[in-house]
Amino acid sequence: MALNLAQHEQRALPKPGQLSGWFTTPAILLGLLFTLGPIVVITVFSFMSQPANGSGVDLIFSTKGYEQFLFQEDFYGNRGFDGRYLSAFWLSFVQAFFTTFASIAIAFPVAIWMATKTERTQNVLLMLVTIPFWTNLLVRTYAWIILLSEDGTVNTVLGWFGIEPQVLLYNSYATLISLIFSFLPFAILPMYSSLAGFDFRLAEAAYDLGARKLDVIRKILWPAVSGGVLSAIALCFVPAFGSYLQPVLLGGGKVLMVGNLIADQYGQARNWPFGAALSVIILALTLLGAWALLTWAKRSSTKVSLAV
Amino acid sequence: MSSGDYFISSQAQRRKELLVNHASKTFTSAEGTAVRALDDVTLSVGLGEFFVMLGPSGCGKTTLLRSIAGLEVLDKGEIYLGDLALNPLPPYRRPVNTVFQSYALFPHLSVYENIAFGLRMDKMPRRLINARVYEMLELVQLADVGGRKPNQLSGGQQQRVALARALAKSPKVLLLDEPLSALDLKLRRGMQGELKRIQRETGITFVFVTHDQEEALSLGDQIAVFENGKPAQIGTPQEIYKHPVNRFVADFIGDTNFLDSTLDRGIVDIGAVPFQVESDHRGGKVTLAVRPENIFVTPNGKLAGTLTEFTYMGTDLRATVALSDGQTLRLRISPPFPELRPGGEVRLDIPPDAIAVVD
Repeated sequence: MALNLAQHEQRALPKPGQLSGWFTTPAILLGLLFTLGPIVVITVFSFMSQPANGSGVDLIFSTKGYEQFLFQEDFYGNRGFDGRYLSAFWLSFVQAFFTTFASIAIAFPVAIWMATKTERTQNVLLMLVTIPFWTNLLVRTYAWIILLSEDGTVNTVLGWFGIEPQVLLYNSYATLISLIFSFLPFAILPMYSSLAGFDFRLAEAAYDLGARKLDVIRKILWPAVSGGVLSAIALCFVPAFGSYLQPVLLGGGKVLMVGNLIADQYGQARNWPFGAALSVIILALTLLGAWALLTWAKRSSTKVSLAV
Repeated sequence: MSSGDYFISSQAQRRKELLVNHASKTFTSAEGTAVRALDDVTLSVGLGEFFVMLGPSGCGKTTLLRSIAGLEVLDKGEIYLGDLALNPLPPYRRPVNTVFQSYALFPHLSVYENIAFGLRMDKMPRRLINARVYEMLELVQLADVGGRKPNQLSGGQQQRVALARALAKSPKVLLLDEPLSALDLKLRRGMQGELKRIQRETGITFVFVTHDQEEALSLGDQIAVFENGKPAQIGTPQEIYKHPVNRFVADFIGDTNFLDSTLDRGIVDIGAVPFQVESDHRGGKVTLAVRPENIFVTPNGKLAGTLTEFTYMGTDLRATVALSDGQTLRLRISPPFPELRPGGEVRLDIPPDAIAVVD
């Protein structure tokens, strides 16, 4: 009886500062609404049809959005294969690949260097890495225009050494540079965090057992940081693949990429279903990639988190 | 030296393997002050010897060990292994291996792979690696855990793996940096015996760092007691215990009575009673060190005192005796126990070789 009473009291009086689980419901609902909501809307839109006039969608089921991705109907109604959009995907893929590769290649030594500093220095360095986040992406991208334009900073400096002004802007190199600049922190942070807890005495033990510097990096440091590298891949590749601002502003929008292709469908082309279908395709590819990454990580028992 | 010391090999007879010659090393601490971790250290370790470096933390023993491994660079001095100068060699070229205090097992590798790591670095053929790893697992009695990861092992097992990993490469010298300090007392005793056995079986020279004097006494063939960056005394456990060269060593090893006294031509006085001592100290005011178990209660002892208190400990009696000059002596009396009465007079005797002049 006494025991029952105690149990009853425990239920009636939660620990100080503790609320019932039901109190989290609004937050969960709000979270679901803003994460799943847009995805549901986009998916539904992708199966609707394009209205005859204006933008938006007609509530009539259609798979035309998806068909358009690979096939085109000519003036006479003949369906033929259309590789333009696939090549836009391929270009975006290549660009995202180089962005991710370069970001990680730069971030690896930076992360190691950061992790070996004293705790105070590490905090300062961590702040420096996150400084770009304090400025708007648009402003940061415009800054590259100032740096790279014909009479910009880079050409001015080159001029001091008697080098003719170079065309640096409005090509894929300019896009790539600004993409790497934008995503470098996303590569450094997860790699740094996986190294921050690294016991550098393990490196000493490896040296002691006959390992050279390169062996230590490959056999001891790399396994520790590989989880962070996977996170960095996920965090850099996916946004770089769908990047819009940099290709448009610095690449001059001359080349069709996934980002501006989708933007065009919602803007000038007024083809919302196709734009939605393209988004769903990207989402599906991303999920596939994430699944592959996690499966591989599980098999090789590498710790990976798909967020910072 | 007493007859009990007959089996002690003298410094001169040992075949020297590892020689540390005038090694100095200064660190800059976090506050910016210079710390002399090694202060002109010269010592030698004999072939196949179990050499213990003992001292409180910050006395330089670990710095010396890391310098031998190549993980620290000496400011001055040389380290020789036989005829081979170690200083110019990077850690991976030195024929020495280390058992780290934190074990430093590679967490992503299995026990097997941890032990095989050094052999793979040496490009040993796969078949030989396999045989060697199993030999090592056998040696440390862990034959059935080769497939596990380090975090699936107990502290004692991790310790054995660290030992097996370091021994796998058959180093000329094995360096052990307080390897047992993370283990509980019982495991520690077991591992001490284990280490001694492995050292005998392999014949490898062990250099063992510890701050535990009991561990040092039970393991070491030779002990170097470190004080402020240099060895205060190097000798066999018996030498160190019976004939400490200074107060620091006498205090650090075992339990000791310190007595103020005066020395005059080989005679000291304890409680106004003269005792003969072996000492090359000059005369004058001195400090004597006398172990509690070397003071005997006998009816015709020449030293008189008053028993102030005593405690029965089972295997021995701990007693405190006040001398006529006001100094006190702590005694550890072995059975058969004499009749004792608190406040009563006791007569004591101290064998001459049990009195060490330490200051």
